[in-house]
Amino acid sequence: MSAPTASRPVGVDLQENEENRALVEAIEADNDDLTIRHMPGIIRLTKNGRLVINQASVEQRLGRPWETHEFQMAIITYFGEFVEWDDDQIVIAWQH
Amino acid sequence: MTVSPEKPARKLSMKQRYSALTHDLDWAPTYVQEEEIFPFTTFEGIKVHDWSKWEDPFRLTVEAYNKYQAEKDRRLYAVLDGFAQSQGQVGLTDARYMNAMKIFLQGIPVHEYNAHRNFSYLARYANGPGARFAALCQSMDELRHAQTEIHTLSHYNKYFDGMHHWHHWTDRVWYLSVPKSFFEDAMTAGPFEWLIAIGFSFEYLLTNLLFVPFMSGASFNGDLPTMTFGFSAQSDESRHMTLGLEAIKFMCEQDEDNVPIVQDWLDKWFWRGYRLIALVAGMMDYMHPKRVMSWKEAFELYFEEQMLNGLFKDLEYYGIKPPRHVQWAIDEKEILSHQVYWVLYQFSHAAAFSTTIPNAEDQAWLEANYPETWPVFKEVAWDKAQRVMDAGGRYFNPGLPQLCTVCQIPMGFTEPGNPLVQCQRQSVYEGERYDFCSDGCQWIFDREPTKYRQAWLPVHQIFQGNCGGPGGLPAVAEWYKLGPNDGAEYLGSNDQKNWLAWHGQTPKEA
Repeated sequence: MSAPTASRPVGVDLQENEENRALVEAIEADNDDLTIRHMPGIIRLTKNGRLVINQASVEQRLGRPWETHEFQMAIITYFGEFVEWDDDQIVIAWQH
Repeated sequence: MTVSPEKPARKLSMKQRYSALTHDLDWAPTYVQEEEIFPFTTFEGIKVHDWSKWEDPFRLTVEAYNKYQAEKDRRLYAVLDGFAQSQGQVGLTDARYMNAMKIFLQGIPVHEYNAHRNFSYLARYANGPGARFAALCQSMDELRHAQTEIHTLSHYNKYFDGMHHWHHWTDRVWYLSVPKSFFEDAMTAGPFEWLIAIGFSFEYLLTNLLFVPFMSGASFNGDLPTMTFGFSAQSDESRHMTLGLEAIKFMCEQDEDNVPIVQDWLDKWFWRGYRLIALVAGMMDYMHPKRVMSWKEAFELYFEEQMLNGLFKDLEYYGIKPPRHVQWAIDEKEILSHQVYWVLYQFSHAAAFSTTIPNAEDQAWLEANYPETWPVFKEVAWDKAQRVMDAGGRYFNPGLPQLCTVCQIPMGFTEPGNPLVQCQRQSVYEGERYDFCSDGCQWIFDREPTKYRQAWLPVHQIFQGNCGGPGGLPAVAEWYKLGPNDGAEYLGSNDQKNWLAWHGQTPKEA
């Protein structure tokens, strides 16, 4: 049997720039126990279990409409799987 | 004409838009057999019962693809313009940093283009609409990557040696046969093996090790254009990783009989890809004047933690195990970059990049990051190279190295657990002997000897007179179109002289 998905880390590396500040703040607000690491040009966000990005949280901080497709402008890489990518939410988790 | 009082239809949801583009535009053929339209998806033995199960989690549509790709290009080209206009090359950490980018330019853009070609083949010949559309997007991405890499680095070509014949070198120069043979190996496989080779093993498992620390390193060394194209490419790469992951899961879910075939491909392509990015290990630890992280740390972070402790636990569900030779790679993480850079150092007189002995600052960093292995390599290699320099010479290996038949890297790797004993494996096939750098490469050959016996090995070709004739190194260099200032030692090179002149220094002050 594999280790339960809730205890295994998933994560995403984003470009660290002004454009993505609201996005990072939204992810921080919506995900408890987030681990953050800064590297030149990169901010790396990891968390055990599930990492959630909510459209409403991003829009609230950005002050303008933000469609989830726009997440593609920010992402450098990820680990885990996109188990959900919808109009209102993106979820990264392991399946098994 | 009466206008209907109905309200306009509500905008479709993302799911509906994606479904309308893919599944709704697909149809079952009636006047020809499916195999006539898609003739290449059965011979590899992969069984697919329901192609409609292939879903792209990104749910990308043509409109969204075009909108965001255009925006990515606008941002990138604004940066390139600003960098050129402000003479950004003067603000790099050091001219020797460019050597890493020379290898990148010589070794990668042509194969981005090859990936573009093979994904457009998949966009036509995959049976399912989900797979076809994801492959079409990736095909366009790969073309964009080839173009943006060439555009980005063309600025540096005005100021540095070692870039002018990158395209010609890709096809001819010895160390560039490493990436060339890798991609051509994948392109000559079937479509499913290609997906495991490039989509899964390269893009999902290993590409982070190529792009992320390397591009973060570009940021750290003042190379804004490379950082920008790298991150711009990586944002597409996330989709490619998703395609690769979808591919392996789809194959495993469609039929249990697919699992052992997929496992074999995974074992093969992990090792092929890992050997290819060994070049990156040397670049990261030795060619970047300022370093974000060591190869060893990047390997632990992006491979051991994410893939072995994350992904492969997930794939266990399907009966997929970690790659066959993964322990060998883990054991090598302390020595890989030392061995690769030592090979590059010895043979850079026949290359389009220059090398130099790590300076005092570099050595302190190497000592701190590789406390157990650096002192050994320093003593057996660099102290000797330094003595040659001190006596007014420069150590170059006057011979031609034996190459591994599979990865095509000179035989400079060592036995597990003993960094001072060269590893050499041999297989005999139809009376001919073939040599390998590792168990991994030998295993790959033994599985498909009829494929790898055809390998175009640069050293064999030189000895056979196929690389400029029998005139030795000068004839080979001419056939390569290497200029007198493209390779050899960095100290005293044109690049270094120019760099010092731009900063108002003379070699003595440096």
